[in-house]
Amino acid sequence: MTEQIEGSLGVAKAVALCRPGIVCAYPISPQTHIVENLGKFVKSGALKNCDYLNVESEFAAISVSIGSSAGGARTYTATASQGLLFMTEGIYNASGLGLPIVMTVASRAIGGPINIWNDHSDSLSQRDSGWLQLFCESNQDALDTHIMAFKIAETVGLPVMVCMDGFVLTHAFERLELPTQEQVDAFLPEYEPREYLTPKEPISIGSMVGPEAFTEVRFLQQRKMAKALKVIEDVTAEYRKITGHHSGGLLDCYRCDDAELKLIIMGSTVGTAKDEIDRLRDKGVKVGLISLKAFRPFPYEALRKAIGDCKKVVCVERAFSFGSRGIICPEVKRAMEGTGCDVKTAIAGLGGRAIFGTTINGIVRAAFEGKFKDEMTWFDVNSNVLNSYTKDGEGVTFPEGPLSDSQLHASVK
Amino acid sequence: MLEKIKFYQTGSNTVGNRLLNPSMRTIQASVDRPNALISGHRACQGCGEALGARYAIDAAMRATGGQLMVVNATGCLEVFSTPYPESAWRLPWMHSLFGNAAAVGSGLASAAKIRAQKNGDSVVPRVIAQGGDGGTTDIGMGCLSGMFDRNDDVLYICYDNEAYMNTGVQRSSATPPSARTATTMPVGEHPGADWGKGKDVPLIAMAHGIPYVATATVADLRDLEQKVTKAMSYHGARYIQILVPCPLGWGLKSSGLTVTAARLAMETGFYPIFEAEYGKITSVRKIRAKQPVTNYLKIQKRYAHLLKKNADPNTVARLQAMCDQNIKDFGLLGDDQPELNPTAIQAYERSQAI
Amino acid sequence: MLKKAFAVTLDPATSLENHTGSWRTLRPVNVFKLPPCNKQCPAGENIQQWLYYAAQGDYEQAWRILTEENPFPACMGRVCYHTCEGKCNRGLLDESVGINSVERFLGDYALEHGLAFKRPTRESGKKVLIIGAGPAGLSAAYHLRRFGHTVHVVEQGKEPGGMMRYGIPTYRLPRDILDKEIKRITDMGVTIECGRKVDDIEAEKAKGKYDAVILGLGAGISQNVDIPQGDTNHILNALKVLGEIETTGKLDSEIKVARKVAVYGGGNTAVDVARSLRRFGAEPIIVYRRNRDKMRASEEEMAAAEAEGVQVKWLSTITGASKDKLKIEKMALDENGYPQPTGEFEELPADAVVLALGQNVDQAAIQKLKELKFEKDSLIVDPVTLETSVKGIFAAGDCATRDRTVTHAIGMGKNAARAVNAYLKGTVYKKQPKHEDAKFEDMHPWYYSEAPKTVRPELEAARRTSNFDEVQHGLTEENAIFEARRCLSCGNCMECDNCYGVCPDSAIIKLGPGKGYEFNYDYCKGCGICAQECPCGHIAMVPEKI
Repeated sequence: MTEQIEGSLGVAKAVALCRPGIVCAYPISPQTHIVENLGKFVKSGALKNCDYLNVESEFAAISVSIGSSAGGARTYTATASQGLLFMTEGIYNASGLGLPIVMTVASRAIGGPINIWNDHSDSLSQRDSGWLQLFCESNQDALDTHIMAFKIAETVGLPVMVCMDGFVLTHAFERLELPTQEQVDAFLPEYEPREYLTPKEPISIGSMVGPEAFTEVRFLQQRKMAKALKVIEDVTAEYRKITGHHSGGLLDCYRCDDAELKLIIMGSTVGTAKDEIDRLRDKGVKVGLISLKAFRPFPYEALRKAIGDCKKVVCVERAFSFGSRGIICPEVKRAMEGTGCDVKTAIAGLGGRAIFGTTINGIVRAAFEGKFKDEMTWFDVNSNVLNSYTKDGEGVTFPEGPLSDSQLHASVK
Repeated sequence: MLEKIKFYQTGSNTVGNRLLNPSMRTIQASVDRPNALISGHRACQGCGEALGARYAIDAAMRATGGQLMVVNATGCLEVFSTPYPESAWRLPWMHSLFGNAAAVGSGLASAAKIRAQKNGDSVVPRVIAQGGDGGTTDIGMGCLSGMFDRNDDVLYICYDNEAYMNTGVQRSSATPPSARTATTMPVGEHPGADWGKGKDVPLIAMAHGIPYVATATVADLRDLEQKVTKAMSYHGARYIQILVPCPLGWGLKSSGLTVTAARLAMETGFYPIFEAEYGKITSVRKIRAKQPVTNYLKIQKRYAHLLKKNADPNTVARLQAMCDQNIKDFGLLGDDQPELNPTAIQAYERSQAI
Repeated sequence: MLKKAFAVTLDPATSLENHTGSWRTLRPVNVFKLPPCNKQCPAGENIQQWLYYAAQGDYEQAWRILTEENPFPACMGRVCYHTCEGKCNRGLLDESVGINSVERFLGDYALEHGLAFKRPTRESGKKVLIIGAGPAGLSAAYHLRRFGHTVHVVEQGKEPGGMMRYGIPTYRLPRDILDKEIKRITDMGVTIECGRKVDDIEAEKAKGKYDAVILGLGAGISQNVDIPQGDTNHILNALKVLGEIETTGKLDSEIKVARKVAVYGGGNTAVDVARSLRRFGAEPIIVYRRNRDKMRASEEEMAAAEAEGVQVKWLSTITGASKDKLKIEKMALDENGYPQPTGEFEELPADAVVLALGQNVDQAAIQKLKELKFEKDSLIVDPVTLETSVKGIFAAGDCATRDRTVTHAIGMGKNAARAVNAYLKGTVYKKQPKHEDAKFEDMHPWYYSEAPKTVRPELEAARRTSNFDEVQHGLTEENAIFEARRCLSCGNCMECDNCYGVCPDSAIIKLGPGKGYEFNYDYCKGCGICAQECPCGHIAMVPEKI
C-alpha cells in the first residue's frame, strides 16, 4: 500500500507490522514521532499484545528493552544523540547478552554545544558497542530496514541499530510503500527466543566472566558479527523477493560502472548525491556512488568488490574522530589495503549543515582536480565564521574553504 | 490440647520450633524450602545479604508457586552468586547493570505478561528486581523511581548493608552518620560519615503512593517472610528494604554476629521496621527488648572511633537521640502509635546540625 | 531447550560444584551440655530431656525418660525439695521452670494411665538382697531388676516406703500414691518382705545364696538433746510423732492434750511436725537457734507452714522446760553465721516439746558385721561404687550419707544398683564423665517468649489446718505443657530450626523430628552464625584442624 506519510509514521507502521511485544522509549528529538505513533497504535488497540512503556530516561528505555528481550518478547526502542549516549552502558550490555533488540537511531549531532540537527556523531560513537548498525538512505529504505532488522537480529542473536537521519528522513513526508501484514508475517515469523527467562527452564543470564573465558566470549561475539554479513545479505534477498522493494543490503552501488571516482556515503545524503551524480554523468564525469548500508559489521569484502579497480575514493563523512580523522575512511583503507586505491575523507554536513547537490559537485570536482592532498578535508567549513573568532583571539585567519587537515595543524604552529 | 497451648518455648522468635504446627513455622524451617540461592556461592563468611536473599526469594517462590524470575543489580550478591562457570540460583535470574535492575525488571514483567497473553497462559511469572543499597538508593534511584511511577508489576528488594561493599566499603546514601567507610574515614574533626547526609528510600517509595513498602531485617525472619508474602499478594510496584549486616564492611567482631547485629539495629530503634500500604504506614514492628545504641555500636569496628577513650561522647548521645527519634516517629515501643507522617531521619540530622 | 550462550548464561545450582567448606577455619559442632537442673538433681534425672517430651505432649515418653533414673515421679513430684529449680537458668530470665510440678503431672499421668515398668528381657540369674524398703532400697531394687537380677527386699517396718511413709505427712504425700508407685516396682518381680528385721546380714546372705547385698537403712532415730524438765512437760521426738500419725492416724495422747507445742529444730522434719500438729488443732511454734536465712528447711514448706498459722521463734534455744512454759535463751549470730548464746533469757508458754533436731541411723541391725566402718552414724563407703568395707556389701541412702533427703536416697540407690551390677559382672563401676555445664551466658535469651511460672493450685490455708488432705494440687495438662515449654533446653537441642534457617550457605541438614541437625561440611564456611543464634547453646565453634 502506498501512502504519502511522514518517515516516522512509516517506520512506526513498519515496526507495528513486526508485532513487537514491548515498545519503550523516552522522548528525544528527532525520534519522537516514531514512538508517539507506536504509543498510539498500542493505546488504540491497533497493535495488539504489545506493551508501551513511557520510561523516565533513555537509560531506562534500553534497560526495559534488555529486560523484555531477555524475557522473550520482541522488543523495539528508539533514540538519538544524547539519548543514545545516556544508554551507552546498556547498549554494550544488550549486545553482550546477545539480545535481539531493534532500535532506531534518528541520527543527530551530540552536544555540547547542544544541537538537535542531523549528523552521524551519535550512531558512530557506538560503533564498538557490539550492535549491528544499518544506515538508511531513504524513508522507504528505513521502513524496510526496520522489518529486516528484526529478522537479522533474531537470526544472528545480536541487537540492531537502524540509523536514519534525523529530521531529513524522520520528518520528511514521502510516498512510502508498506508491505502487507501477510507479507511481513510470512517473512518474519513469531519470535522464538534462543534463550529467555522462564520458570520452565531456570537459567542464570549475565554471569561474571573472568580472564579464563572472557576472550572466548568476545571471540564468539565477533563470530556472530561475521555471521551477520551473510545473514544481512540473505535476509535482504528474501525481503526483496517478497516485497519487490530495493532496500537494505550491505551496500548499494550507484552508477559505479567504469567510474574513475567513487564516493562512499552513508544515510540520506545518498539521495542528494545520486541526483548530482546523474547530472555529472550527463556531463561525462565518470563518478559513481557506493551507499554504505552496513557499518557494523563492516562489509570489507563486499566493499573491496564494489570499489574494484577504481583508484580514487572519497568518503563523505558526517562525523569524525576527535584527535584523529574520518571514521569511514580508515575502514575503507583496510578494505583496499594493497590495491593502491586512494581513499580520502571529506567532512561535511555536521550538526545539520545541509549537503546540497553543489556540495557533492564540489567534492567530485575537487577530487578530480587532486585537491584532496590530506586524508581529511573540512569540505563545507565556513572560513568567515571561523575567522570571526580566530582572528581576534589568536590573529589566525583561514583562507576560504575547503580546509585541509594540514591547514588546521599549521594554524596551531 | 497441644494446639490449645499458645505458648511455645521460643514462640515465633526462632526459625521454626518442633512444637509449632508446620503451617506456623517459617518457610526457612521446612526441609523442602525452595533454597533459591543454594550452597556453593562465594559470599563471605556470615554474609547477611546471602541470607536475606535466600529468605526473601524463598518466600516469594512460595507465594508465587515457583512462578518467579529475578533481576539482579551489579553488586556483591550478583558477583558471589554467578561467577562463571557456576550459578547458585535455582530460579530464572538475570543480571544486566548496576543501576538498571528496576527497569530491567519492568521490561521482564511486561515480557512475561505479553508472552502469557500470546500463549494463552493463565499464569504470569512474577518478577523481583533486587540490588544492594548502592544499586538502589544511589545509581539505581532513577530507574527505581520510574518503575514506581509506572506502577510496574515488580517487587524491588533492596538488601541494605549501608555502603558499597563490593567495591571495598565506600559510603552510599544509605550509610548512617559517623560510620567509618573507605570514603568517610574516622579522621579529622568529625570522623566517619557526615551528619545530615543520606536519604530514606522507604519513605521516598511511599511518596510514590505505590501499593506496598516495607522494611525488614535478617533478624526477624517471620516478619520478613510475611512482608514478602504480602508484597507478592499485591500487583504493581512494591519495595522492601532489608537490613543485611556485612561482617566485613561493618567490622563485626565476628562473622557469626550478622543476625545479632541486625537484631540490635531493630531493638535499638536504629533501623525502624514497618510496612506501608498505598503511602500510609499500616504496621510497625515493635521493639521486643529495647537496647541502648551503644550495644549496637560496640560490636562494629566501623563505629570503634566513637567508643575510644578520647572520642566525643556527644556523638554517641546524638546517635541515641536519633534512635529515640525513630522510636517516637514510628511508635516502636509498647502501644505507641506511629506519627501520621514520619519523616526521614536525615531531616532530624539536618535540623540538629542547624 | 534453550540455546544457551557460552559462559554468559549458566545452568541453575551449578555452584554445588564449589565446595566452600575448604574456606573454614572454625568448625561448628553440636555440644551436649549439662543443664543446671540435671546437674543439681540428686537423683540424677535427665530433666531437660523429659521436659522436652512433656512439652510436645508425649507424656509416656517423658515419663519413661524420667523413670530411667527415678521410679518415683509421683512421689518426687510431691516431696522433692526440687533444688533443681533453684539452679534453673530460666530463673535468670524471669522465673525458674516448675520442674517439680511437671514431674508430678507425669507421675500422676502414669498412675492414671496404668503405665508399667518393663520387665527385664533376660534374667541374669544373680540374686541381690536389699535391707530396707525405703527410697534408697526401692530405687536400688528397681534398677537392679531392670538389669535382670533377682531382687529381694527385707523391711523391718510393717509396710514398705521407709521415711516416705513414716516421715512425711500425708498432706504432702497421700499414701495411695506411694503404694501405687511401690507396686509398680514389685510388679517387675521385686519381692518385698515386711515386718522382719535382719540381724545377721552375712547369715542372711549365705542362707539366701545372695550374690550381693545393699544396705538401705534409713535414719529412723531422732536425735535427742538433754533439756532439764519438770515432770509435767512432755518432750517427744519428731519421728515418733510422725510415725504415730501414720500408723494410728492419731496423736499420742500426751500431746493431744497440749495446745501450745514447741517444735525444736529448723529442718524439714520440724516443719512437717509443726504442720501436722496444726492439723490436730494444736498451736505449734517452731523454736530455732538461727534465723530464717540460715534455716535448712525448704522455703516453700516454711512459707506454707506460716500460712497455716505455725509460729516461729528465731534465734532461740530451749534451756529448760517446766509445766507449761519453756526457758529460752536468746542467741546471736557471730560473723561466721554461728549462733552464740547471749545470756539473755525469756519464757515461752508451751505444754509440750517435740524435738526435731535431726535423725540417726539405727546401727543395731548391722553391728554384727564387725568389718563395717563408720563415720559418726554413716557407713564409710567407696564414693563411686558405694561398696562398704565388706566386699559384696554396698550401702545407699541415709546410712551412707549426710544428705538425708528422699531424692538423695533415690539417687544413691540407683548408683548402688549400677555398682552392684558391675560387681556381679566382675567389673568395677565407673561414673560416666559429665558434659560441660550449660551456662546462662551460652544461651541466647532473646529468642524465648516471655512467660511467668505457673503457680500450682493449693488448698486454701483455712481449710488445710483441719485435715490431712493434700495441700498442693497438681497442674492441669494445659498448665503442665505450658510449664514444660518454659524450659530453655539449656545446652541441648530443642529443634527450633534456628541453625537450619540462619545459615547463609544452606549448610545445615535437617534430619527430621527428634533427630536434630547435621552440618554439611562440604559447604559450611564456618561463619559461626548458627552457634551465635542457637538459643540453647548447643553449637560450639572449634578450630579446624589444618
